[in-house]
Amino acid sequence: MLRRASMLLACRPILAARARPFSTDLPAAPSADATFTEAWTKVIPNMDPPKTPLSFMQPRPPTPSSIPSKLTVNFVLPYASELATKEVDMVIVPATTGQMGILPGHVATIAELKPGVLSVHEGSEMTKYFVSSGFVFIHANSFADIIAVEAVPLDRLDVNLVQKGLAEFTSKLSSATTDLEKAEAQIGIDVHSALNSALTG
Amino acid sequence: MAMAALRREGRRLAPLISPRTITAVRSSPLYPTLEDEGPLGVRHISTQVVRNRMKSVKNIQKITKAMKMVAASKLRAIQTKTENSRGLWQPFTALLGDLPGADVKKNVVVTISSDKGLCGGINSTSVKISKGLHKLNSGPEKETKYVILGEKAKAQLVRDSKKDIELIITELQKNPLNYTQVSVLADEILKNVEYDALRIVFNKFQSVVSFVPTVSTVLSTEIVEREAESGGKLGDLDSYEVEGGETKGEILQNLAEFQFSCTMFNAVLENACSEQGARMSAMDSSSRNAGDMLDRLTLTYNRTRQASITTELIEIISGASALEDISNGFNNSINLEDIKVTSYKSDKDNSSTDEDENIDILELMETDQTDQDPNGKRKLD
Repeated sequence: MLRRASMLLACRPILAARARPFSTDLPAAPSADATFTEAWTKVIPNMDPPKTPLSFMQPRPPTPSSIPSKLTVNFVLPYASELATKEVDMVIVPATTGQMGILPGHVATIAELKPGVLSVHEGSEMTKYFVSSGFVFIHANSFADIIAVEAVPLDRLDVNLVQKGLAEFTSKLSSATTDLEKAEAQIGIDVHSALNSALTG
Repeated sequence: MAMAALRREGRRLAPLISPRTITAVRSSPLYPTLEDEGPLGVRHISTQVVRNRMKSVKNIQKITKAMKMVAASKLRAIQTKTENSRGLWQPFTALLGDLPGADVKKNVVVTISSDKGLCGGINSTSVKISKGLHKLNSGPEKETKYVILGEKAKAQLVRDSKKDIELIITELQKNPLNYTQVSVLADEILKNVEYDALRIVFNKFQSVVSFVPTVSTVLSTEIVEREAESGGKLGDLDSYEVEGGETKGEILQNLAEFQFSCTMFNAVLENACSEQGARMSAMDSSSRNAGDMLDRLTLTYNRTRQASITTELIEIISGASALEDISNGFNNSINLEDIKVTSYKSDKDNSSTDEDENIDILELMETDQTDQDPNGKRKLD
């Protein structure tokens, strides 16, 4: 009986440690905003200050002195993280100014994306996605964050539907009266023609 | 005539050992026991009240258990979505940092809460944090406005901060949560509300039993530029080249709006998860409480039942002994066995069966009869 009691005592702290959440969140970084917590405790002493997103994020590595060999890519969508801290050679993104290639050591940039093809080059393999739009942040430490609203691999696109959509939106543009309708039709045309060229080119 | 005498004697002795005194000691004031008159003026204590209460508590236990199961299944569904959306806000925080302490003139607090109740204390925590932020950011020339998502926060904030509320949005979860819906919502908020800083208050889902109140800050473009110029956390924002667009400001404007919709999406999902988790634990403790209550009620019920048996026996015995006394006093030749004592039919729907056997009958009065036990006990048919 004593043995069982000691076993339970040993098990309990292990269980308590294992009962930490499964969450995909990275472990808390201690760099919570000090000014905020101070100001909070002064005004509202009874309550604990709320946490901020910074405490849930793992800090990014600082800028290395030499150019690293690989580019670390985070490709996120609202519904999934397509690529999470994946090390690749090169990424080509469809920025508003045209196709932009990102290599390790690229200068820090913020770029907006237009509908187009995104390709990830890793060694000899290349994965292509069609992205609707979004943003890409390139940090000085060769980290690239691509945030897109929708991204689908190219083989999931149906050519016929693309042609139909393109025709539909072209007709909508010609029959549009208000500016809003015109803008919406134009966006539809842009997306569909990008889809078209993605599938053909 | 003998019956009348019996009744009279029974009633004379009743105040000595009143059934009321027995039950008043043991049963709580919440369960008043009723007395009703049976045939021959025999009084029964009614267990009806306790039985009704037991039935309703059992029903409540079933309902709360079912609600817990429903919440658990909903939680499972929404949890995968939430986990997948967690990557969405991280790039923004990596780029723009997190400045909850930024000093701004126009604050907007977006409070996210649930529409339905019975989910523990998460909505109250969100409202408290929102009010705290309001207080924190109060000062000359500074103002804080509320944008409320969800009925529960609306109910609490409308009471004292009605003039500060800009927008109220309810029935968010009528359709399953998706990014399109949230981005339309974000668009509405951005169009209608002037802001320098948007603070989103929600409960972050850490585990089924732990929900952390969190505030995410989204700063407007002007404030971002101001902070970048003054150095500090956003100091190296200027080192980022901005591709495309007419001006840098335009891109940054789009960036701020995109950031807002992404953080809103994550916040709404996390809050929904927390709501289901909190509801699960609330319903779980409720059904456990109902179970405890049912146990206590069962004990009270049994005690009441036994007390009524005891009082009936007492009355019968006292009546019988009184009659014996009378008969002994007047006529020693009357045989006591002629007086039949009907056996007590035990209640069928009681769970305990063999408690009737060993009930002690209190000694009623001093008698000097020799055919009674010295302890005043009698065995009844």
